[in-house]
Amino acid sequence: MKGTNLGEFEELVLLTIAALMDKAYSVAICDELSTHNGRTVKLGVVHSVLHRLEEKGFVKSELGEATKSRGGKRKRFYQLTVTGKEALVRTKAMRDQLWDRIPSLAWK
Amino acid sequence: MKEQPQHQPPSWARKFIEWYCKPELAEDLIGDLNEYFERNLRSVGPRRAKLIYMIDALKFFRPYTVQKPKWVNPFISRIMIESYIKTSGRGLMRHKLFSFINIMGLAVSMSVGLLLIAFVFDLFSFDRFHKNGERICRITNVATFNQGPGGKFATTSVKTGKLIREKMTGIEEVVILQNDFSQDAVVGDRILPLKGYWAEPSLFRIFTFPMVEGNPETALKDPYCIVLTESAAKKLFGGQSALGKTIKFDSLPYQVTGVMKDVPFFSHISFEALVSFSSVEKANQHDPRFEAWTNMWSNQVYLLLQENADRVSIQSQLDAIAREENLVQGPEGYRDTRIRLELLPLHKIVVGEQLSRSMGPSGPHVSPALLWILVGLAFVVIGSACFNYANLSVARALRRFREVGLRKAIGAGKSQVRHQFLVEAIMISLAALLVSSLLFFLLRPQLIRLSPEMQNMVKLDLSPAMVAAFIFFSVTVGVIAGFVPALYFSKINASHAFRNGPPRKAFKHLSLRRALVVIQYTLTLIFITATAVGYVQYKNILSFDLGFNTENILNIHMQGNKPDALLKELKEMPEVTGLSRSLIVTSVGNAWGGYMTYKNSQDSALVLTNNVDENYLPLHEYKLVAGGNFIVRPTTAEAAREVIVNEQLLKRFNIAGNDPEKAIGQEITFSNFHVHRRKMTIVGVMKDFHYGTVENVIGPVAFIPWAPEDRAIINAKIHSTDMQATLAKIESTWKKIDRVHPFKAQFYDEEIENAYNEFAAIIKIIGFLSFLAISIASMGLFGMVVFTAETRLKEIGIRKLMGASQGNLIYLLSSGFLSLLSVSALIALPLTYLFFQKVVLLRFPYHSPVQFPELFAGFLAVLLIAIVLIGSQTMKAARSNPAVVLKSE
Repeated sequence: MKGTNLGEFEELVLLTIAALMDKAYSVAICDELSTHNGRTVKLGVVHSVLHRLEEKGFVKSELGEATKSRGGKRKRFYQLTVTGKEALVRTKAMRDQLWDRIPSLAWK
Repeated sequence: MKEQPQHQPPSWARKFIEWYCKPELAEDLIGDLNEYFERNLRSVGPRRAKLIYMIDALKFFRPYTVQKPKWVNPFISRIMIESYIKTSGRGLMRHKLFSFINIMGLAVSMSVGLLLIAFVFDLFSFDRFHKNGERICRITNVATFNQGPGGKFATTSVKTGKLIREKMTGIEEVVILQNDFSQDAVVGDRILPLKGYWAEPSLFRIFTFPMVEGNPETALKDPYCIVLTESAAKKLFGGQSALGKTIKFDSLPYQVTGVMKDVPFFSHISFEALVSFSSVEKANQHDPRFEAWTNMWSNQVYLLLQENADRVSIQSQLDAIAREENLVQGPEGYRDTRIRLELLPLHKIVVGEQLSRSMGPSGPHVSPALLWILVGLAFVVIGSACFNYANLSVARALRRFREVGLRKAIGAGKSQVRHQFLVEAIMISLAALLVSSLLFFLLRPQLIRLSPEMQNMVKLDLSPAMVAAFIFFSVTVGVIAGFVPALYFSKINASHAFRNGPPRKAFKHLSLRRALVVIQYTLTLIFITATAVGYVQYKNILSFDLGFNTENILNIHMQGNKPDALLKELKEMPEVTGLSRSLIVTSVGNAWGGYMTYKNSQDSALVLTNNVDENYLPLHEYKLVAGGNFIVRPTTAEAAREVIVNEQLLKRFNIAGNDPEKAIGQEITFSNFHVHRRKMTIVGVMKDFHYGTVENVIGPVAFIPWAPEDRAIINAKIHSTDMQATLAKIESTWKKIDRVHPFKAQFYDEEIENAYNEFAAIIKIIGFLSFLAISIASMGLFGMVVFTAETRLKEIGIRKLMGASQGNLIYLLSSGFLSLLSVSALIALPLTYLFFQKVVLLRFPYHSPVQFPELFAGFLAVLLIAIVLIGSQTMKAARSNPAVVLKSE
């Protein structure tokens, strides 16, 4: 698991973080994934993936401002790191290469 | 959200997360959950929302969120533990009385726990020495009969064993054991009674009974082969090798084909010898009943299942066998029985379901329900002891308050105070362990000797595992006992402690504690009074006037020998002043009898009898109302025509209008299982005496002349200054006559005592319980007294200044407790009295009434202890110098 490879779900989470820009925190990521992915995503799963991504150095996080909602607890916002971006780009490139190799005839 | 501010996520779930979660992750985790909670509040309602919150809180318990257990610097914690031990030790030494009471109170109740642990250890070590133990099962017969109730039997038929061997799959080995091999073994001039089983050779493949000599595969193969245990072989052959030698049973020669190690104590089957099953098969080869499906009374079948055998399929195969066999018509007398077969794993034999067995030695057995009841009782006892410890420690808050305050002021955290009190409690409970192991060793022989079943069941020997269990148990008790004080003291606020001292209302539920003291004392009084009353009644039973004299009469059981030779020898002894013969010993629960009719042959009644010779009545000083002793001495049982009856018998049949004089010469008809309708003449009428135990009402009794063919017990009246020497002399005479059976004789009074053994055991148990109850109750009371005395110290000082005398003060402090005690006495004493008069003593028609002395003896003893406890503390408080007490404000 450790290393630079991205799992499918990890990739989705990374992309969501990138898409949400500076509003990426766990619940928002979870909601975004649920709406776009068409399947319910459990908060616990998102949390552990975020934790793993942070361990791998693909994302970094910092606590936001305290708000009145959430029982006064602060949100933890996530951002892609450079290696995170590289990993996404690399995965995409690999996919594209593979896509390109498929002869269009094969899709009949 | 604002419209529903009342709904909060469950706080314990939040605390749980805060407890386990890494602090850096906790905040946003809880925040997320809160956000979800608020969302769920609106969508699914508060109840579901809370539920989801709780489930999520549990779900987040994952390796990456859980914080590492915080070991504060091990070096510091070691120093601190040393310090706790040191300061706690000093504290214990300074307050010797408190420590003593704490230790004793815990020790007494812990000894119950220790006994129970040892008991359970022993029970669960049964049959663990068999290597294949997990795979061994015994067949249980579940029988239903057309007449009479059915039941579950540990025994089964020979047929079952054979059918299983022939038809079933999944089974590695089968062995059939037949019970009740019990005969006198003759080797040369040596005779020894041997007990054992008839067994098949597969026994040695199933069970782990190692052979010392001989081949286990073949030893039990051929008829008339026997395998001895080492100790039996030693008894029979001395130091010589037994292998290949011949033993005679009933003049039939058996060859010793093997010697095996003795059966371990913790084995549910025990024997001295195994005889080849083919011997009993051969002896019964023409008897159709031997292999009848319903002849299920004397065999056990054990199976060794194959590894990974499917028990469900084995059970269905057993069901198939039973279904088929139940249809087969058995021989006469064995019909009308339906049987189902079940498997019983070896390790569930001793601690498991109660099974009937019609014959054979019943092995050790304890039902799990009983075990749970015992565990529950021990739990209650230990629990209340722990509660008392907590009570007492908190009651001493005043003394410890400043200490804890100071500790906190110089930087002790909550946890450190907590640890200190836990260490203290554990030290006390370890000290209590020492005392209670002493008690354990004292009580152990008592417990084992309670009944013969216990002797066969437990040894209660210490093993390393047991010692470890004891220590673990003691530490657990310490932690439980110290938990409440630790919590209480750790919450003390340093500045508060110095300013105010302990809160006056340390206990909000003072009335609850009062109620507890009353309950504890009521129980104590019930136990202790029951012991006293029971003991007095027991003594009354032993010295009960049975209607004849039993003093110094030795009953010698002839064990099949003719009494004449011994009688002759005994007659010549100067110490023996009288001799008689009888069939049984009465008044100890034995009975013999038959049915009698008088003129109306339809009106028959059960009459208890004893066959006695002409010397029996004078020797035992029976009182005759009319007529005389036997006149004719019959030489055969057939010839006995005379009978001496008691008054009840006259009353029962209304013989001669109940007039003893006129009853002489009347004829009655007697029958039992070997006498058929024999006419007998009444030659004497004796006063009623107690034929049964004191639990039985006196009924019709008749004495029939003893005839030489009857079994005999010699009753010898002995007049001697040195009973031991006389007994030894008689025993050596016995050895001349019978070298096989050990001398079996007992004084009549001892035999009566044995008959009431059960009561002695019960009294012992209740006595121990009252000891326990008294120590626990005293601890509870002491805690309360100390608390009251210390919290009212200033009040006492002021009262003293105003001129109260010491007596006044002691009355002031102790009257409350004494009234509590009186309440308990008012509940307990009438309850015990009624219990004995209306329940227990109804079993004894001839009991003496419960007297006041024994009823109040226990109460006085308890009162005395309580007064000492209360007095010592109140005196101390009353004597205190008001100047000192009031100055310390």
